Amino acid sequence: MERIPILKMGAYLLVTIQVDMHDQLALTLQDDLTDRIVKTRAKGVLIDISSLELVDSFMGRMLGNIAAMSHILDAETVVVGMRPAVAITLVELGLSLKGVKTALNVEKGMSLLEERVRRSVDGNGRFER
Amino acid sequence: MAVLNDETLPLRSNEDVVRARQAARKYAIGLGFSLVEQTKIVTAASELARNTVIHGGGGTLLIESLNHDDRRGLRLKFEDQGPGIANIDQALRDGYTTGNGLGLGLGGSKRLANEFEIYSEPGKGTRIVFTRWKG
Amino acid sequence: MTEGSATAPTRTSEILRQNEPALLTEWLQQQLGAKAFRSGRLKESELREQALEFLSAFVRALQSGKAFDPESSAWSEVRDVLGHLSRSRATQGFTSGETATFVFSLKQPVFTRLRQELSRDPAALAEETWAISTLIDQLGLYTVDLYQKGREEVISRQQQELMELSTPVVKLWEGVLALPLIGTLDSSRTQVVMEYLLEQIVSTGASLAIIDITGVPTVDTLVAQHLLKTVAAARLMGADCIISGIRPQIAQTIVHLGVELGNVITKASLADAFAIALERSGMTITRLAPRA
Repeated sequence: MERIPILKMGAYLLVTIQVDMHDQLALTLQDDLTDRIVKTRAKGVLIDISSLELVDSFMGRMLGNIAAMSHILDAETVVVGMRPAVAITLVELGLSLKGVKTALNVEKGMSLLEERVRRSVDGNGRFER
Repeated sequence: MAVLNDETLPLRSNEDVVRARQAARKYAIGLGFSLVEQTKIVTAASELARNTVIHGGGGTLLIESLNHDDRRGLRLKFEDQGPGIANIDQALRDGYTTGNGLGLGLGGSKRLANEFEIYSEPGKGTRIVFTRWKG
Repeated sequence: MTEGSATAPTRTSEILRQNEPALLTEWLQQQLGAKAFRSGRLKESELREQALEFLSAFVRALQSGKAFDPESSAWSEVRDVLGHLSRSRATQGFTSGETATFVFSLKQPVFTRLRQELSRDPAALAEETWAISTLIDQLGLYTVDLYQKGREEVISRQQQELMELSTPVVKLWEGVLALPLIGTLDSSRTQVVMEYLLEQIVSTGASLAIIDITGVPTVDTLVAQHLLKTVAAARLMGADCIISGIRPQIAQTIVHLGVELGNVITKASLADAFAIALERSGMTITRLAPRA
């Protein structure tokens, strides 16, 4: 069965979502990611949607779920590369993607992740993993 | 008003939803819609096609390219013989859902349309007509 | 636009053909005396050329014996001449009336000629006069139509140029863009400009865009909504927007219209917005040396 590849980059996981992902693939991704976060003890997840030509409510739900689940597993999620046409459509659709942090590109997304991870360690005095 | 071209697609599986998106995109490009307009059309098509598959028990999509007074348009007709919608107003309201999640499909799709009609009754299936005119 | 008079002025056609040069002189005399010409927008040589071109085409077309019809090939030469004339007069700033007068003023010399040639045949004179008068009227009206179309093309082109001139996206600083909007915003222009801004945000990698509306006299609900949607879209993409240059009148309009700004940051001046942008980027401006 086809799956979306998840790459490990240091303490982070990188997912690049390709075009025309059907629902089952999205659900599989959610499961796979949760799995990998636990296994690799990842501190952050970067989801690159720069190839996505559309984001509908199902996709929006999926991104929100991933962000929520990762958070519970002590990892932060950042979604990057949203296309202007997609953003405009989402606004019209009324989808706000609450709880999902976004950045313009992978580079900015990584800085955002690093900053948040740094803050969570310093601020909460949690044990370093 | 004339129908220039049309195509009927089955909506029974997840793959059909993807095919519906692709077909809608193809027609939208052919009619010369801008990128933003294309995205709105394809996103609505995705929402409504999925609704037909999941809530309507499967159905069909009829895509029509239109010409009215020299204005080009795209019409998407989603039809199913499913359980129907008991309260259409409520269904159109944001946040209403029978399944998991945000349930924005119907109300959101309406906002993406220039013209939007729903015909539905419990036990009598559902027909949704989504129309978008160029420029 | 009226089409096809009942009879084509066949005898007139012959009369005009035989007297073309004299007719041209009289017609020109008429136009040169007109107020519109004396305003100096048109050179005499140019008028002469246009009159000659039209008159010869006109006389030729009359020979065909066919009534004026904008679609027929017999009148295509006349149509071309009038088309050229209308467009050039429009760009020169003449009114549609002044332009049509070029055609209407031909009546006087033509009637004079007809009176001379057909003085012994009043019935024919009446008939021919009526026929040629109707025909010239049709040509005059046709000229007005062409003029209108020409004006519309000019206006639309000017609008396009104005839009391009007045919506530059400026890079103020690393990661900070500014979009100074100038002039009246209508719904479609705002949409186009906003889409352009979002694309620029992606291509320059700017995390902050300042939309400055100092140069915008009024904002209606639709435009305000487009602005807000743009801010929301930018946020979804991972950037942020500040709206600056909100004049007191616009602030009033926004409140009056009940438009919810929510948590969109607004600043009165572009300078204030820029200060915030710097702060957000973790930067500040310091003086290099103390003032003397």
